[in-house]
Amino acid sequence: MPSNNATSRSRAAKGSNKPEALLALYRQMLLIRRTEERLSQLFADGEVPGFIHLSIGQEAIATGLGAVLERRDTIASTHRGHGHALAKGVELNSFFQEVMGRETGVCKGRGGSMHVADMSAGMLGANGIVGAGMPIAVGSALAHQVRKTGGVAVVFFGDGALAEGVLHESLNLSALWELPALFVCENNGWSEFSPTSKQFVAPLAKLADAFGIPAETIDGNDVEIIADTAGRLISEIRKGGGPRVLECITQRVRGHYEGDAQKYRDPAELKDRDKIDPLPRAASRLSVLGVSDALLAALETEVMAEIDAATEAARAAPLPGFAAAQADVYTPAGA
Amino acid sequence: MPIEILMPALSPTMTEGKLANWLKKEGDAVKAGDVLAEIETDKATMEVEAVDEGTLGKILVEAGTEGVAVNTPIAMLLEEGESADDAKAAPAPKPEKQEEPKQEAPKAEAKAPAAPAQPKAAVPATDEDRYFASTKTQTVREALRDAMAEEMRLDKKVFLMGEEVAQYQGAYKVSQGLLDEFGPKRVIDTPITEQGFAGLATGAAFKKLRPVVEFMTFNFAMQAIDQIINSAAKTLYMSGGQMGCPIVFRGPNGAASRVAAQHSQCYASWYAHCPGLKVVSPWSAADAKGLLKSAIRDDNPVIFLENELLYGQSFEVPESEEFTVPIGKAKVVRAGADVTIVAFSIMVGRALQAAEALAEQGIDAEVIDLRTIRPLDTATIIESVKKTNRLVTCEEGWPFAGIGSELAALMMEECFDYLDAPVKRVAGIDVPLPYAANLEKMALPQSDHIVEAAKAVCYR
Repeated sequence: MPSNNATSRSRAAKGSNKPEALLALYRQMLLIRRTEERLSQLFADGEVPGFIHLSIGQEAIATGLGAVLERRDTIASTHRGHGHALAKGVELNSFFQEVMGRETGVCKGRGGSMHVADMSAGMLGANGIVGAGMPIAVGSALAHQVRKTGGVAVVFFGDGALAEGVLHESLNLSALWELPALFVCENNGWSEFSPTSKQFVAPLAKLADAFGIPAETIDGNDVEIIADTAGRLISEIRKGGGPRVLECITQRVRGHYEGDAQKYRDPAELKDRDKIDPLPRAASRLSVLGVSDALLAALETEVMAEIDAATEAARAAPLPGFAAAQADVYTPAGA
Repeated sequence: MPIEILMPALSPTMTEGKLANWLKKEGDAVKAGDVLAEIETDKATMEVEAVDEGTLGKILVEAGTEGVAVNTPIAMLLEEGESADDAKAAPAPKPEKQEEPKQEAPKAEAKAPAAPAQPKAAVPATDEDRYFASTKTQTVREALRDAMAEEMRLDKKVFLMGEEVAQYQGAYKVSQGLLDEFGPKRVIDTPITEQGFAGLATGAAFKKLRPVVEFMTFNFAMQAIDQIINSAAKTLYMSGGQMGCPIVFRGPNGAASRVAAQHSQCYASWYAHCPGLKVVSPWSAADAKGLLKSAIRDDNPVIFLENELLYGQSFEVPESEEFTVPIGKAKVVRAGADVTIVAFSIMVGRALQAAEALAEQGIDAEVIDLRTIRPLDTATIIESVKKTNRLVTCEEGWPFAGIGSELAALMMEECFDYLDAPVKRVAGIDVPLPYAANLEKMALPQSDHIVEAAKAVCYR
């Protein structure tokens, strides 16, 4: 069960009372939310096939991280990775075209939802294998260190990956070689269709402590806290401080994937959702800061227009040709 | 013909030892599994067991002799009907370069192969030939090390990582001297964490470094096979061509000696099955060097399958650092007209032995060393079979869905009208490799099996 009593830093510690920064975070969260709601609809209508894993309810984490990362930084994501891709700067149109399997998708329609990757944005890829992105991100951290890029690597993973041996391998290698890596656990309490409490006994922070890696556990539904904390940790890592672990306690609203009726889950868990959900929470704080409802409504209209346009562009985009199906298995010599 | 018993090696790096004691004397009957002798190094003592039945005909190295080189004949074993005079008459042969097994394994013996004679027809000329004007004699182990060192000097992005590769200089001593020359940032000892370092190296390759990952043996790469296939091999494709993965995964593959089922299997067909991977498995030291250099320069993930028993074997290797062997080119190592024998890695030596035995029976075999498994050099195989009209395939791995099966399919598709006999596959028997010396030998394909298969396709 996700807890919202995480050791969050007090609001007083947070910086500005000007709404601009939060407004930008809110807009990014809204874009991810509405994008995934659109994907849910497209899946129900049969326009998006396969497995679609939505991060609805968890957008604050991708958004908070995305706000403090630079282009040169790298991330590796999970099967629940739409938010990470968009927040790291993957362009919305080519994202939609990828998920809808079009030639013009960011991966030419060959990857799909679980394999969105964009080197130009430092997005090393979503990954269909639980935990498999971790050592890849850690490897990019090694590349940052060796090539002195000043970049930082972020490893996104869910609490469902805690029991994977590769987490331990990746934490150990990062600590051993003092790599510039931030491990971000999106702890939504669920490992696919089972509560994580039935799967893993140790708190992540204790695990990190065993490897000598500083760890913090925070409210993963408060985008400001996430951005502040991540900003501080990234800056420590960028200065050569070695790896850090950031556990964000959050809530998965949808099922493991679309089509999962969640019969295993007590509906009461989502009863007070508005008090937990990062979007209403950010909206009410914006209100306190003097942002009008009209401005938020205008933002909504603007975001929906972008998503409508991206959906239409993806529908109109060409399917990949068969020649493309056989390309890029190998890098040709001299390429 | 009497069977030669060779001085075995206690470890892959042992070069000589003391023959401490004989437990059998000349004239004693011997059956498989009997302890014949004890040998010692400064580290350990071990027993030499008989693999074959017979009579101990002649002891060639007396008890107490120090500094006996690995693979020196230490005794002759007589088979039924042979006399001690046969043994005495048999010359103590000087090991030939391409003879195998050159490096004998603990508690095992082998028949001394007849030295391959020069084939009647010449092998076709290649672009590689000019480099062989000036050569040095090197072991496969040294050739692999030199390939890495030369490429690391040329390109600062190339680095070696793996378990025990730096301080210990490799479990099989392939990375000898590299830490001294390149330092700990480019020759990196990893923990025992195969998925971790295989994935890490893959991520580093996505970001334009060029890792060479040593698996202590490919058996342990099973812990990392998700990263090798799902990440390294597939990402270029899944990302629409954005992220190539210039990486080499290398290490010993296949059976070693008496290390039992979990440490003895051939992964050639496992990896060759997967698009996005290139798979290389050389036999000679020259090919090991030339192909490893090409693999390190390649922008794709390359699975580089070595063989523990070949590490200590010596071959002529070109002096020139310009020498490379292209990935995807097989080599005709013996020209012949009657039957094509295709092999790779350690089976090439056995195929050459078989060809010599066949020559004595009037069958002129052509032997092709695949060198690369994927991409497969189909042209060289097809051209040969169009000439010989017969194919025998050889591999240590299991027969089901093996490389031989792929070659049989190739024959159906490309050589159907040229075949005068069904393809014969020589492979390991379809069981996890057993431990007992005699069982292990029975389970692995030997040159005799190749001879039988070649005779069968020649209807002899």
